[in-house]
Amino acid sequence: MGDPPPDPEPPSQPPSSRRSSQVSQRRGLELSRPQPAFPEEAEQIPLDTSILQSNRGVLASQANLQGWSLGASPTQQENLTMFQAEEAQLGGVEYPSPNMGFPSELQPQLYLEEGGTQATQNAGLMLQQLQRGQSNLFQQLESAYLETQPDLLGQFNMYQRDDLQFSQHGPYLRDEPTLQFSPSEPGFTPFTLEVPEPEPLELAVQNAKAYLLQTSVSCSLSLYEHLVNLLTKILNQRPEDPLSILESLNRTTQWQWFHPKLDTLRDDPEMQPTYEMADRQKALFLRNGGGEGQQEMEEEVAETAVPNVMETAFYLEQAGVGLSSDESFRIFMALKQLVEQQPIHTCRFWGKILGLSRSYLVAEVSFREGEEEGEEEEAEEMMEGGEGMDAPDEEDEEKDTDIIPKPMWKPPPVIPREESRSGTNKYLYFVCNEPGRPWTRLPHVTPVQIVQARKIKKFFTGFLDAPVVSYPPFPGNEANYLRAQIARISAATHISPLGFYQFGEEEGDEEEEGGAGRDSYEENPDFEGIPVLELVDSMANWVHHAQHILPQGRCTWVNPLQKIEEEEELGEEEEKADEGMEGVEQEVGPPLLTPLSEDAEIMHMSPWTTRLSCSLCPQYSVAVVRSNLWPGAYAYASGKKFENIYIGWGHKYSPENFNPPLPAPVQQEYPNSPEILEMSDPTVEEEQALKAAQEQALAAAEEEEDDEEEDEEEDLDD
Amino acid sequence: MGASVRPSFSEGLGGEQGWPKALRGRGPQAVSGILTALGRAGLWSPRRQLLLATWQALSRALVTMDAESLLLSLELASGSGQGLSPDRRASLLTSLLLVKRDYRYDRVLFWGRILGLVADYYIAQGLSEDQLAPRKTLYSLNCMEWSLLPPATEEMMAQTSVVKGRFMGDPSHEYEHTELQKINEGGKVFEEEVVVQIKEETRLVSIIDQIDKAVAIIPRGALFKTPFGPIHVNRTFEGLSLSEAKKLSSYFHFREPVQLKNKTLLEKADLDPSLDFMDSLEHDIPKERKSLGASSDFHYWS
Repeated sequence: MGDPPPDPEPPSQPPSSRRSSQVSQRRGLELSRPQPAFPEEAEQIPLDTSILQSNRGVLASQANLQGWSLGASPTQQENLTMFQAEEAQLGGVEYPSPNMGFPSELQPQLYLEEGGTQATQNAGLMLQQLQRGQSNLFQQLESAYLETQPDLLGQFNMYQRDDLQFSQHGPYLRDEPTLQFSPSEPGFTPFTLEVPEPEPLELAVQNAKAYLLQTSVSCSLSLYEHLVNLLTKILNQRPEDPLSILESLNRTTQWQWFHPKLDTLRDDPEMQPTYEMADRQKALFLRNGGGEGQQEMEEEVAETAVPNVMETAFYLEQAGVGLSSDESFRIFMALKQLVEQQPIHTCRFWGKILGLSRSYLVAEVSFREGEEEGEEEEAEEMMEGGEGMDAPDEEDEEKDTDIIPKPMWKPPPVIPREESRSGTNKYLYFVCNEPGRPWTRLPHVTPVQIVQARKIKKFFTGFLDAPVVSYPPFPGNEANYLRAQIARISAATHISPLGFYQFGEEEGDEEEEGGAGRDSYEENPDFEGIPVLELVDSMANWVHHAQHILPQGRCTWVNPLQKIEEEEELGEEEEKADEGMEGVEQEVGPPLLTPLSEDAEIMHMSPWTTRLSCSLCPQYSVAVVRSNLWPGAYAYASGKKFENIYIGWGHKYSPENFNPPLPAPVQQEYPNSPEILEMSDPTVEEEQALKAAQEQALAAAEEEEDDEEEDEEEDLDD
Repeated sequence: MGASVRPSFSEGLGGEQGWPKALRGRGPQAVSGILTALGRAGLWSPRRQLLLATWQALSRALVTMDAESLLLSLELASGSGQGLSPDRRASLLTSLLLVKRDYRYDRVLFWGRILGLVADYYIAQGLSEDQLAPRKTLYSLNCMEWSLLPPATEEMMAQTSVVKGRFMGDPSHEYEHTELQKINEGGKVFEEEVVVQIKEETRLVSIIDQIDKAVAIIPRGALFKTPFGPIHVNRTFEGLSLSEAKKLSSYFHFREPVQLKNKTLLEKADLDPSLDFMDSLEHDIPKERKSLGASSDFHYWS
């Protein structure tokens, strides 16, 4: 519940008067509490123990009158404060209250004065609640009947009278044990009342309030706020018989929340989104900690991870690329903010990926040693948990009486993703939509995501959680797709002048690393810089310093069949594993630091275009290289400096229009074996023919028998 | 108050034209904004390119020369990453003035840039009084010397539709395309393979024309039509309000209307004939290709 801007009209008098009273108190004026100076009121007074004590006396005298659970003892007072605070919390009018802090600020001091750890704890907790809530309603009520200061309006005198009765019965918090003892009983002696343990009470109150403060699903209004509005409205308007029109009042209040009141005299200034954006960006420009003088300056002048974005932007501008200078500056400030928030070792502005609704600013960072991301581990654990769940399901199925034929299809083995700080996951990427918005970290990329990203072409919408609907289906949402494209672009277009990076001296042999080549490099301290003209003339002067991504989706090749062997031990389908055991060839890509001249051509044109930034004055020009394969990827080099940047839509160049692949043909449900094939029934002729044949066979058999019998008889006769 | 905004294009992702990039400056009327259109795959595809436009920073002041408006427009359009280096900017400012003087145009606008392998083309257009009349297109390789391009014709479009790939950057370059042609020779029909030479200039002309027809847009109210026919810039146009700027219906295609006559009488009753004489963007297909976004001070849409 944010505070609306200060209401020009005078807020309800009681709070203001209360506040003004507090203000006046703050200024040290003598507090002349009028007679109904209830302890609640008294406690609003700033540190002034004398006043306190006097009020305590007042309290005691008032106790019997009002029937409150008053008392001179700290516990009683504390009771009251609790009660008051709870009352305050139970609904209140949301008034624009720049002075809202007052009661809260005053009270802690007050309570501390009283001493007693319990009291302070209790009070502290109460105060927190009070601070959180906007609860002027009951303060209003209390102050209404408490004060008789001259600046009260007449209507609130009315409140005073009415609320006296009202307040005697008091708002009953369900869990408030002290309230169960009705203070309106005569002769109620609160002195015998025992205060329950503050902890469960606190908890109950907090729970109740938290529950009430839940915002509704359909809008950003919470029940608490709505009730506050409703009750304020009722109290302001004082309709006859409010209970009967409660329903319509409820509806009207809800309607009014969403329809701002149109003032006929003056329009409220529009809250334009541009103002909000400017507000957010203002935070960028403020220095942290308010400036502690020279110390901070010195720290900052020392090496920071923040890149010199402005210098890069200047050089790129010479080349005709890049964002405008104030946008570059804002990006610079945003990167600085990122470096302050995260434990970052190196940081670089990777580029900007444009989207349909919003764009992404991408920063490439690497964390300091040892600052490993805990998120990764959590994600992995979840995945493993998911896999474990699948096994029992299959077993259940098998226990059915009818054995369901198992599908023949086996998913291809999952290729494990690369470790952090290596290969495609060498750097971490943070994105934000605009400078000033918070930076979001992108998850690591998996090989299957890269493989799928190669097959689809979707524009980015600007929302990280947007689904990527495509065929073949992409495993992940827009954040994953974005990360995959970033990985592809980095691997393809990050180049540097020859000699800037070199391999370390302690690298192992190529054979040891499986023939994949070396995968790390370091800066060459002796790099002298290549003349710009040479950089422009020949592509051999530039090298890739990002590892090439193999068709598998990784930079270092992993044999997927090795995993199958592990599964064999655990799983049951040993036979089927053999089917996949074909010779899988190792995929090899060009090694690190290969020059650009080795890049494959697209359609008879070179994948890179070089330019001098200014042909009129070549001595001060900058060499610019533009990628033809990934439109939007640029690199510049001048002297010892170079930089890569990408500003574009995140797609590869294709001379043809993009055609998504067609869906696969429908799989066969079962193999066509003769036992399943339906035999055709014999026709009538066939049946008759068969019958005739059978009869003939019978007849022939009978004749043979007769012959045999005759033969036998003849034999016998002889 | 030139609030009319010409679209311009930024990258052609995979389009045969390479990376066409155009920025439009405004003529004597103030710059309203620059639209940078981003080309998408395939110039010849029915799917057109996306536009990136920043327009909300409409300048209200009357600017008399292209010079000032050009610089401002370039700043505004920088969101897509394309810009001009300082030397190009400076040379553009001077040379465009000279073009205006020599060819006696009413206004000369910088249309943009088409990227090629060897060199880039910078394109400018000259306008006469009537805004919708066919514009003269000029190109230059170094922003200093401008040459006139022939107007686009249907045959050119058909001829160049077979060429794919990037622009070379050399205007005299000829693309070779082999096709089968039926040749009648004395009663017999032969099919021969004929190699057709297509000049890059022709291709340039047709590309520019296609881009203009597809993605040139103008906010509603920037131009108005007089009863006599010619279309003038509306000097009282102060820009679109925030809510209007977000709607696609407040933008028109800057070309002869095609769909207007198909509207029903009921729809036409709501239109104002002096302002609504062009096709609105609302009914374009596919719908998603024009989406409105906002970023800090600017509304851009792509």
